[in-house]
Amino acid sequence: MSALVIVLVLLPLVGATVCGVLVKGGRDATARSAGFAVSLVELVLVAVIWGLFDPSAPTRFQGESSVEWIPAFGVSFALGLDGIALAMIALLAVLVPIVIAYTSFTRAAERFPDGPDGEPRGAGGFVALMLSLQGVLVALFAATDVFVFYVMFEVMLVPMYFIIGRFGGARRQYAAVKFFLYSFLGGLIMLGSVIGIYVASGTRLGAATFDWAELQRLAAQLPESTQIFLFLGFFAAFAIKAPLVPLHTWLPDAGAQAPIGGGVILVGVLDKVGVFGFLRYCLPLFPLASQTLAPLVLVLSVIGVLYGALLAAMQTDMKRFVSYTSIAHFGFIGLGIFAFSQQSVAGSALYMVNHGISTAMLFLVVGMLAARGGSTQIADYGGVGKIAPVLAGLFLVAGLTTLSLPGTNSFVSEFLVLLGSWPREPVYTVIATVGIIFAALYVLWVYQRTMTGPLRGEAVVGGGPGAATARALAGGPGFSDTVDTDPPDATRRARFGDLSGREIGVLAPLVLLIFLLGFFPQPVLDVINPAVSATMSEVGVADPVGPNGVAR
Amino acid sequence: MSSELLSQLPPVAPASGAGSAAWILVALPALGAAVLFLGGRRTDRWGHLLGTATVLLSFVYGVVLFFSALALPGEERVRDLPLYEWFASGSLSVEFGLRLDPLSLTFVLLITGVGSLIHIYSVGYMAHDENRRKFFAMLNLFVASMLVLVLGNGFLTLYLGWEGVGLASYLLIGFYVQRPLAASAAKKAFLMNRVGDVGLALAIFILFAQLGTTQYTEVFARIGELSPGAVTAVALLLLLGACGKSGQFPLQAWLPDAMEGPTPVSALIHAATMVTAGVYLVARSHPIYDLTPTGQLVVTIVGAVTLLIGAIVGCAYDDIKKVLAYSTVSQIGYMMLAVGLGPIGYAAGLAHLLTHGFFKAGLFLGAGSVMHGMADETDMRRFGGLWRHMPITFATFTLGYLALIGFPFLSGFYSKDLIIEAALGGSPVRGWLLGGAALLAAGLTSFYMTRLMLMTFFGPERWRSLTPRSAPWDPSLESEAAPQHPEPGHGSPEHYHPHESPPSMTVPMIVLAIGSVGAGAFLVIGERLGGWLEPSIGPVREVEEAVIPTGLVPGIASVLMLLGAGIAYLTVGRRPVPVERPQRVSLPVRAARADLYANTINEKAIARPGIWLSRALVYVDNRGVDGAVNGTAALLGGASGRARRTQTGFVRSYALTMLGGSLVLVAALLAVALP
Repeated sequence: MSALVIVLVLLPLVGATVCGVLVKGGRDATARSAGFAVSLVELVLVAVIWGLFDPSAPTRFQGESSVEWIPAFGVSFALGLDGIALAMIALLAVLVPIVIAYTSFTRAAERFPDGPDGEPRGAGGFVALMLSLQGVLVALFAATDVFVFYVMFEVMLVPMYFIIGRFGGARRQYAAVKFFLYSFLGGLIMLGSVIGIYVASGTRLGAATFDWAELQRLAAQLPESTQIFLFLGFFAAFAIKAPLVPLHTWLPDAGAQAPIGGGVILVGVLDKVGVFGFLRYCLPLFPLASQTLAPLVLVLSVIGVLYGALLAAMQTDMKRFVSYTSIAHFGFIGLGIFAFSQQSVAGSALYMVNHGISTAMLFLVVGMLAARGGSTQIADYGGVGKIAPVLAGLFLVAGLTTLSLPGTNSFVSEFLVLLGSWPREPVYTVIATVGIIFAALYVLWVYQRTMTGPLRGEAVVGGGPGAATARALAGGPGFSDTVDTDPPDATRRARFGDLSGREIGVLAPLVLLIFLLGFFPQPVLDVINPAVSATMSEVGVADPVGPNGVAR
Repeated sequence: MSSELLSQLPPVAPASGAGSAAWILVALPALGAAVLFLGGRRTDRWGHLLGTATVLLSFVYGVVLFFSALALPGEERVRDLPLYEWFASGSLSVEFGLRLDPLSLTFVLLITGVGSLIHIYSVGYMAHDENRRKFFAMLNLFVASMLVLVLGNGFLTLYLGWEGVGLASYLLIGFYVQRPLAASAAKKAFLMNRVGDVGLALAIFILFAQLGTTQYTEVFARIGELSPGAVTAVALLLLLGACGKSGQFPLQAWLPDAMEGPTPVSALIHAATMVTAGVYLVARSHPIYDLTPTGQLVVTIVGAVTLLIGAIVGCAYDDIKKVLAYSTVSQIGYMMLAVGLGPIGYAAGLAHLLTHGFFKAGLFLGAGSVMHGMADETDMRRFGGLWRHMPITFATFTLGYLALIGFPFLSGFYSKDLIIEAALGGSPVRGWLLGGAALLAAGLTSFYMTRLMLMTFFGPERWRSLTPRSAPWDPSLESEAAPQHPEPGHGSPEHYHPHESPPSMTVPMIVLAIGSVGAGAFLVIGERLGGWLEPSIGPVREVEEAVIPTGLVPGIASVLMLLGAGIAYLTVGRRPVPVERPQRVSLPVRAARADLYANTINEKAIARPGIWLSRALVYVDNRGVDGAVNGTAALLGGASGRARRTQTGFVRSYALTMLGGSLVLVAALLAVALP
């Protein structure tokens, strides 16, 4: 299994190189197919590792391997998986082929911006960047060496920076720079703490090390003041990445300007590095600080739940809308992690997986809609359900999992978070639970405005954005006068177009997962639970609810 | 006290025999929904038949289960059927399983029985709708969810069904997707339900924290271990959930709007089954409510207030479906009041729930039949004299009407009297207030229903002499495309050709009319229902110290009923009904027309401030939060922009930044290593 984990890191990187070479050689289509094949092999590999993973094993990590990297500083390229890391890698392995297929093989794939030759950039380069990002992220989740984690944390910005900056929307360069600077700033602050803990390990353990397990042992010896200092360094990076309010403002821009496929991985997986960092680094390495500073994180999380939801409701752009819903969801995840109970932490870990699936679904459906109407503005659409019923139905499914309807995947995780948070943090739990009303509000409102009612909006009845306005300005028939002259629904349906077989094929695995994990989430929870128990004991808090409740 | 009450709970046995495959009850309609949703247009031709067949089969199986349970001795009738572990973490283990007991089986028969009739009715009613298949898919989804709700063996499975029916209700209210009003009403229903769901969720959190489980068996067996305060909190939070789902005060405003859905939906979901889920929840959780007199008192108050609100507002509406909707609000108020009274009222409330299921579903189907014959018109001022044109509809509707107003010896007479008698018990103040409200509303019910009958079926045929007018809703929102469903009110006399509906519609109405006549006597006389339900809700307790002797109640109620009908005859029946709604009306009428300002209060107190707050937050987010950081970002971005202009592109500026980072890193490491 150790070898497989290493292959898991290297395979996408090799695939990215191959794709890159092919693109340079002008063979864009081959590059896309090759990249897709690599991502499928990676998925199979992850499935094999999932099968080999033993949830009842007594060790903290499985499939461990270690190669010396910088012996002078005690840095090893050390990898190993716990259940949470495995779940995140599995999520990534599922999403990458879907994103590549969407970008490469469907008509919904957006037209990328023009390259230096004046032609739109081909998707091959995007695929190469995506695979390299996957390799880096796998290494990040599997790292058991803090330095390796830090390096991957910074390196992952590179492919994402190029994905946004080269393949994004009109304001892509602004968004890419903003994304990069925010994250890089957080990373530098974290670097201070990484060095700090390295030094501390030198004075207290005898030999300075970056090894995660050694540093976890160090936690018992670190005084609380030192822990708080170091915790805050990591926290700054993770809170930006997650993101928690008020450090979130880069996300709506990045999410709106990123190409759809990039947005899926950005919000679905890359942001999870923040909350993954809370779970893997903040809690086990600085248990006292985590407990002392928990109220701070809880307050920010609960603010995020309501703030993200209210802002999501007011957005006019669908991609920004998706970004803000994610901010609300990250609030739930933060609440669960810092409420310190088995159920809430397991719920948060599961939430990380489920939110990736839900957001991917929502982003992709928005992308497919935008590919037809040529706009991501909510106001440009109306009554789409009439002319594209399958698209509307899948939009609704995406919405229902976003609002965590029971029977969909998100419900289990959200309910676990709230149920588990209640015993220790009743006040925050009540506030966050009110958030489920807002979730219903923002989802159903967007659905109502875009999908129901009579056909309207320039992207739908105007044949493209601006068309109706142009007609009105030219003195032609106004909007209300077009009643009789407009083509009948059947013609419109053909022009706008419902989802193609390929597009449905791209979404089908996600829909399947949404309902499968809604009714049978236990296989994933079985993998996550031991890692959560380990984290809980590393933090040193007892589970608030025993087998018979707290009443006795 | 607690041990005495808890000892009444019968043991829970594992299900065996016919019960061991009870999941089929849910699986059939769920399968139907899945096939129809996924099959797409290919299933258009036979979709409605599949949808109807699955529910019919479920009903047949439900009947088999009912008789097999009847064959068991009383103490063995509560059975559990665990299916699998839904999710588990730490001390939490949520089991997905079914509870088969008299209470759930009663609901199974109601849901699948009335559900089958309404599926059959819809085959005819929706015959001309191009989305009929989708309609049946949604109806099947509803039946499956509702069965999960009543059959689940724990609060989490209940919650699954609870929100599942919310989704089905949302989809079906918004079924006429072209109507902006339908979309708004659907969203409103879901949101107000979610407000209630927050209560339900919080109640579950408390139960888990206190007892470590959410399964009925353990929760009810050990509920006495909770402090009285915790029990009351759970009871009140559950009640909040019940109020949302059942359209009870203060969450009643969504139910009348839900009438935007097709009429069979109003009959099945918003009259007979889903909206009674709140009553089910209270009855199911009776071991919790039995321990908290405060909780029970609040339930009765909610019920009493709601039954008055519904009855008062029902008097003011001219829309036939809205009058019936407020009538539903009011009648569910009666049921709530009853189950809030504890062991005295559980059986009475459930009896009324069942009889109401028959007559209200029948009334809605009758209203649908009227609309079907009148080009989807719902304004009663444009009806009149229809009894001649649709005799079967008229006859069945009349029986439903008589049952609802409590005409002696029909269904409503028995079940409503039981509730009034129970409400008159207890302390004198309480008895007078609750019983008085129930009696007063009985008179009002008779008034608004008689008014409805007179305006619809009697008097001159006003639809013959209409002048055209625009549709009742905002024309600026009108579709420019042809609407899917003929729209009411483009009224000119030629528009209306009242006619009787096809047999697929009239037969279900006749069946329900028979139920409206006989169900009450069958269920109530000899405490048949009370005896059957005893293993689930405990023995029926007699009313003590009623402020009015129980023997007099039927008489008083009948007098009030006649009084209400008489006033309606004098004010509506003997005078001409203006086709246009009179605008200059007295203050109480104006208030009733405005739903007693429920919507206004929601709008002013919640919606507007919410929007202001959100706008303010958007401003803050753009100017404040982002602005502060953006200043820095702009600085750096501008710098890198200049770098871009002088150099070639991103790669280099990135490399520069990376180099800077590396330098910091090296410097830091050196600094650390030096001392």
